[in-house]
Amino acid sequence: MTGLSRRTFMAATGVGLVAPGIVTAAAAAGPNPRVEEVVGRSGVRAYLLREPSTPFISVRFVFADAGAAQDPPEKAGLANMASGLLDEGAGPYDSGSFRAALEDNAIRLSFDADRDGFSGRLETLNENRDLAVELLMLALTEPRFEEEAVERIRAQILTELRRRESDPNDRAGLAWFREAFGAHPYARAVRGTPETVAAITREDLVELTRTRLARGNLHVGVAGDITPGELADLLDAAFGSLPEAPQLPPVPATTLQRAGVVVEPLPVPQSVVVFGHEGIDRHDPDFYAAYVANYILGGGGFSSRLTEEIREKRGLVYGVYSYLMDLVHCPLWMGGLATSNENVKTAIGLVARECRRMAEGDVGEKDVADAKTYLIGSFPLRFTSNDSVARMLVTMSVQKLGRDYLERRNAYIEALTPEDVRRVCARLFSRDILIAVAGQPEGLEPTRAG
Amino acid sequence: MNAMRREEEREVTGSGFFHPTTFTLDNGMEVVLVENHRAPVVAHWVWYRVGTADSPPGKSGLPHYLEHLMFKGTAKIPPGMFSKIVARLGGEDNAMTGYDFTAYFQMIARRHLATVMEMEADRMVNLRLSEEDCLTERDVIVEERRQRIDNDPAALLDERLTAVRYLHHPYRLPVIGWMHEIRSYTREDALDFYRTWYAPNNAVLIVVGDITREELEPLAARIYGAIPARPVPERRRVQEPEPQTRRIVELADARVRQPSVAVSFLAPGTRDGSPERTHALEVLADLLGGGTTSRLYRSLVVERAIAASAGCWYRSASLDTSTFRLWASPRPGVDPQEVEAALFEEITRIREEAPGEEEVARVRRRMVAEATYAKDSLNGIARIFGTTLTTGGTVADVEAWPELIRRVTPEQVHAEARAVLDPDLAVIGRLRAKPEERA
Repeated sequence: MTGLSRRTFMAATGVGLVAPGIVTAAAAAGPNPRVEEVVGRSGVRAYLLREPSTPFISVRFVFADAGAAQDPPEKAGLANMASGLLDEGAGPYDSGSFRAALEDNAIRLSFDADRDGFSGRLETLNENRDLAVELLMLALTEPRFEEEAVERIRAQILTELRRRESDPNDRAGLAWFREAFGAHPYARAVRGTPETVAAITREDLVELTRTRLARGNLHVGVAGDITPGELADLLDAAFGSLPEAPQLPPVPATTLQRAGVVVEPLPVPQSVVVFGHEGIDRHDPDFYAAYVANYILGGGGFSSRLTEEIREKRGLVYGVYSYLMDLVHCPLWMGGLATSNENVKTAIGLVARECRRMAEGDVGEKDVADAKTYLIGSFPLRFTSNDSVARMLVTMSVQKLGRDYLERRNAYIEALTPEDVRRVCARLFSRDILIAVAGQPEGLEPTRAG
Repeated sequence: MNAMRREEEREVTGSGFFHPTTFTLDNGMEVVLVENHRAPVVAHWVWYRVGTADSPPGKSGLPHYLEHLMFKGTAKIPPGMFSKIVARLGGEDNAMTGYDFTAYFQMIARRHLATVMEMEADRMVNLRLSEEDCLTERDVIVEERRQRIDNDPAALLDERLTAVRYLHHPYRLPVIGWMHEIRSYTREDALDFYRTWYAPNNAVLIVVGDITREELEPLAARIYGAIPARPVPERRRVQEPEPQTRRIVELADARVRQPSVAVSFLAPGTRDGSPERTHALEVLADLLGGGTTSRLYRSLVVERAIAASAGCWYRSASLDTSTFRLWASPRPGVDPQEVEAALFEEITRIREEAPGEEEVARVRRRMVAEATYAKDSLNGIARIFGTTLTTGGTVADVEAWPELIRRVTPEQVHAEARAVLDPDLAVIGRLRAKPEERA
């Protein structure tokens, strides 16, 4: 540990959000960001923001609807396991030579899966760009899935699952989704369970790449030192040989299955609390009002009401936060905190009280004005790193916000009135909340499902 | 020796890397500027040369407590308003504490730089603390400690391994502090510490972003330069005795489902080492444990297939004696002892035989190439300069880093392995499951 930070949850300020599907990154906008749409001969499209100051590029890409929600129940964790294996040997490269080609040339290539999407990230210096693109293309189209690599990554996932069994953050999060979504695929752990991970075969992995990774569900964002012409060639070389359309059975829409309190008993001095309820659709006319409302309640770090009431006034937590989570089939409003076992009940009561205040319309002129000046004023901060820009661009594409979204975004926020925010609060924060607690909370009774 | 070192640095900084501008205010406050004009934004940092290792006796972690309290206001800024004001200006702010430093930053649109500079300068000397705020914040630290350490057996072992690694030097203290000492912090403790260490002549201002020297220098001189210098103690810390023993720290915890092992060695820092040694150790760390082509990963994880993961790290920015650590997690069903033995076999191997030129060249190339990505983060650049300048290094050290890494030889790497990785002086940390007691 080299340093401790005053804030545990940088995510609360929108700095540390890396998970695709979370709204903060996409909600940035700019003074004059000239996003270009580049189309390769293969029809693959990308949003590009050029930045010539440093000779490298960041590429972020997402295969929409190809994530863990597509995993068969008995093979839960398949997308996650595939994400760990695509960069472990492909085409003529065995695992060792593939990894050496990446690491010796400072090419950063990695994949990830969340509930909705299967995503990837490539960063390369310009001098190694051709090799980087070749490796990416091979990883997507000719992964080898050799036995040694499959068993090694499986062992890594299994040890990680074991470690997480005693991690209260994981236990609370898993319990929340399990209870929230019942029989829907969202209920399952993205990483699967020891049993389902053990059941995954090489054929499952091959099948996944063949059916889920296609040009038709691909979204790409690129930032850095590259021209549109060069990028068009890159898109063809990297993605042009993917099949045109994915074969994806539709994932049903769903709603929250229950509210109440769930407790995961765990021998830890401090309980972790995850709470949430249904959120708001990204294309709902009141989305920006909800975004501002959440900032006021729990998204604004030290400016938020939850931090003010629970940390600053009472010292009950180190961090407390909330955010809008853009799950495709059931958007959510989520939050979390960690507090000593004896304080859980009090802290949860304060969260409920602050939600009620919001629902009842206790949102003032100044609350909204402060939120707006932050959300608009902090916009340029998102444009200081290629990776952060690439992430915004790909999210824009996934969420179908349009090429010129960054130019329009500030106006959406600027136009909001306190009345808009109060209106959405009445809708958003009057919902029953589902709370999952991992630890030994004192005096807190679990409630029955149903 | 020092003069020679500077001479060499000047020679190799010709090419440069971040191309900073540096100057010193009349009161002794150092200023480093790295221009970056891609967005109308600046990262504004103030680093104090004081950290956990300077905790008063019986008050481990006090520097971190003060870091929290620095947000509690002055005559001009009411309690709790600092971060809110920054947010209203569209900025983000935070702070952090390490063994050798305490740092505060805001990332903000350039037109508001002067405002946050005024606020940062104000709290350098005008902090006001109420008894009540101090007590509440102490509770926050208790929760922070539980969240970071007590709730996580791996973090707990890490903390104890470090405490045992150092017999005497205050690097043995946890940055967050020991729980019983956290509970003893008072308002006076914090204010005494503040008055002792917080002064412009003990601070470094680092600005990265969309501003030129012509614009920054008058601002810095007017705002920070107005604060008078005052005497600040030297960072005199008790130093480690010669290590003589091998020790084992074992944490058996019913919560542990996944065992792991770590092996820790003392390694030179700035004051007891040299840039040459530090650079050789950085190459050694990367060769042994950097990524999936490193020796530890190839051997333990891929070829022998006994570990799920393995690696190592060396804290190169350290004012005093640092540590070099190797670690691994066994695969399911593998005896952790076997993994521990394999770590020591790799240690023996690098000690007995110098690595080849080809292997070292690959590592050097990769490290230098990776450094380019460091330019992609304003805060990241500020952190590199801040940690270096608060741990006895210089701006020239940062600028010369790529060139000096390129010069590391296999012989130097081998010499460091022999000097540092002595198995008889290892401190071994074992995290293992404790069978649950049956009622």
